[in-house]
Amino acid sequence: MTHPPYLHPDYRGTTLRAPARDLVPVPYDPETVELTGPVYGSTDVDPAESDLTRGHAGEPLGERIIVTGQVLDRAGRPVPDALVEIWQANSAGRYVHSGDRHPAPLDPNFTGAGRCLTDAAGRYRFVTIKPGAYPWRNHANAWRPAHIHFSLFGRAFTQRLVTQMYFPGDPLFAFDPIFQSIPDVKAREQLIAGFDLATTEPEWALGYVWDIVLDAVPFEEQ
Amino acid sequence: MPTPSQTVGPFFHYALPYEGGPETVPPGTPGAIVLHGRVLDGAGDPVPDALVEIWHPDAGFGRCPTGADGEYRFTTARAPYLAVLVFARGLLKPVATRAYLAPDPADPLLAAVDPARRDTLVAAVAGPGEYRFDVHLQGERETVFLAY
Repeated sequence: MTHPPYLHPDYRGTTLRAPARDLVPVPYDPETVELTGPVYGSTDVDPAESDLTRGHAGEPLGERIIVTGQVLDRAGRPVPDALVEIWQANSAGRYVHSGDRHPAPLDPNFTGAGRCLTDAAGRYRFVTIKPGAYPWRNHANAWRPAHIHFSLFGRAFTQRLVTQMYFPGDPLFAFDPIFQSIPDVKAREQLIAGFDLATTEPEWALGYVWDIVLDAVPFEEQ
Repeated sequence: MPTPSQTVGPFFHYALPYEGGPETVPPGTPGAIVLHGRVLDGAGDPVPDALVEIWHPDAGFGRCPTGADGEYRFTTARAPYLAVLVFARGLLKPVATRAYLAPDPADPLLAAVDPARRDTLVAAVAGPGEYRFDVHLQGERETVFLAY
């Protein structure tokens, strides 16, 4: 079981929001609407949107990083033209969001939202700042491990994925009910990017590699 | 193994909603309809931090965050039904459902669903060209959610 269950009481927000009844399987036929999805092309996304360190008056504070990887289907084939959207806290662990009450500084040179399309090999690449950990009020002394939120569209609506990418060796993993909600340890570890010296650019930015595997599409050859 | 899902969290509003997201066709398009409704939790309270997405090849893709009253509102094109995904803080993975505008009892999904719960998949006519579709995440009137 890859995905977390809806109900994970350690994450308090699930208690009143998790559906309690059994899900109904979609009776698929080749014409089923959910086997299709919106199609994106190069005119939909400006390449500058993949660099979160630009577009402001100055350089953001923090550790500059490159995050790149391949979007693959269950058969290991690259998914080209997949829309990848990301958002994150700044290096101090603060989001540009009116609901974020963490008393950490905002950075006038960092918003923390970006988008790109995967290339013919299913690759995406972002330049950003390593986000900070931040507190939340789920339980006493609760802190989220540093993460980048990812949203992906594959070929079909059934492949739609919203998830979070984490950084290797984070001491908060063991205490985070959102990360721990994934029952299978190997599946959980799939959310952790790898540090990669080959992606790292000398005198400029550390490189992280994180591949993403989308769910299968019924009727597609596996 | 597919990459596991994680919650969209409470802080997506500056990243995911975009101008025109709730309009899959320009307002005023002949035949356009309005689809609106509320996302509600197990206590019947509005969910003010959900993100609703709709999709049908004939209607296009739409994305709309809920407001303080849990309400979303799309302008879209008529289709037999719209595929619906709801993301929110507290949802470790999205809930998937369908909003039927023209429910056909022979539809394979409607036929497969417990008749007592079938109406949770049907958008109510709220006016000319206007439909209302509430999503109950939990509780007695829990919406029928789909396994993809």
